Amino acid sequence: MNRKAIAAAFPVTVPVLMGYLAIGIAFGLMLQSIGYGALWAGFMSLVIYAGSGQYLGVSLLAMGAPLTQVALLTFIVNFRHLVYGLSLLEKVRGMGVRKLYMIFSLTDETYALLSSAKAPEGVREHDFYFWIALLNQSYWIAGSVLGAVAGQLLGFDTTGVDFAMTALFIVIAVDQWRSYSRHLPALLGGAATLVCLALFGPDNMLVPALAVIMLVLVLVRPGLEQKKGVERA
Amino acid sequence: MNSVLSPTQALASILVMAAVTFLTRALPFLLFDRGGHPPRIVLYLGQVLPPAVIAMLIVYCLKGVSFATPAGWVPALAAGLTAAALHLWKYNDLLSIFGATVLYMVLVQGVF
Repeated sequence: MNRKAIAAAFPVTVPVLMGYLAIGIAFGLMLQSIGYGALWAGFMSLVIYAGSGQYLGVSLLAMGAPLTQVALLTFIVNFRHLVYGLSLLEKVRGMGVRKLYMIFSLTDETYALLSSAKAPEGVREHDFYFWIALLNQSYWIAGSVLGAVAGQLLGFDTTGVDFAMTALFIVIAVDQWRSYSRHLPALLGGAATLVCLALFGPDNMLVPALAVIMLVLVLVRPGLEQKKGVERA
Repeated sequence: MNSVLSPTQALASILVMAAVTFLTRALPFLLFDRGGHPPRIVLYLGQVLPPAVIAMLIVYCLKGVSFATPAGWVPALAAGLTAAALHLWKYNDLLSIFGATVLYMVLVQGVF
């Protein structure tokens, strides 16, 4: 029963396998470069399991950010998950205990697969979804641990590996720029943060930047919603 | 290498990250699983906040850039443009991220 579900889920997850191994290895290398080894990398990927969130987490650990700031930034970086959950409510209904894991493991990539992939004949949909989610996380953990071990064993100079985080965010921004018709939010985000960097300095810039961004977005909401014609419920 | 945080503090940070991440994933299920519509302000922020936050994080990542010497800004600028250019060219996440990171590492370790 389960073997059939795994056999059906695995091919669907192969693109994620490649992606998670690579991004996970970069995460493990970055974490190792600030003094946290394979055990930490595996643990973070086991209990947090979020790409951008964990990349940012490396930076938060490196600077020893206070817990309130850790909580706030993690919340904001993962805010988009709220939208994913909304559109998957129906799909995971009735999955019992496994539903908890489905909610926990709702990354961008898993969300994309769950939205589009269909279980083949003879495989129960819920088993299929569950194995997609579980396989994806196992790739992510494997990549993270591999990266940290590689950093430890090979001992090559990892100076500059933290640029992987910058590159990841640039890649996401390019994708967003193409798929969004309005660019005001992205431009606002960049500009507000630059101003806050100048005013508050690198260590205290994020919280005020976030406050300004939220405030302006709420203030311009009537204009933005009308222009785009956001679907009215 | 010395860590800023004690192991207990690091563990606490990680557990906070884990709890908050799970919360963002679970909230829709907690609030709207039995019918009910999410407030429009939440849907609106769900649409407009992600690009603003990503732009914020890019600036945050580049906060260490300094214009005092070429070494302070040329590697980040070159690698950042490379990431964007590679991505516009091939739309392959891995190629863009790894290409830019390797270039950056070569520049900061070997050239500047």
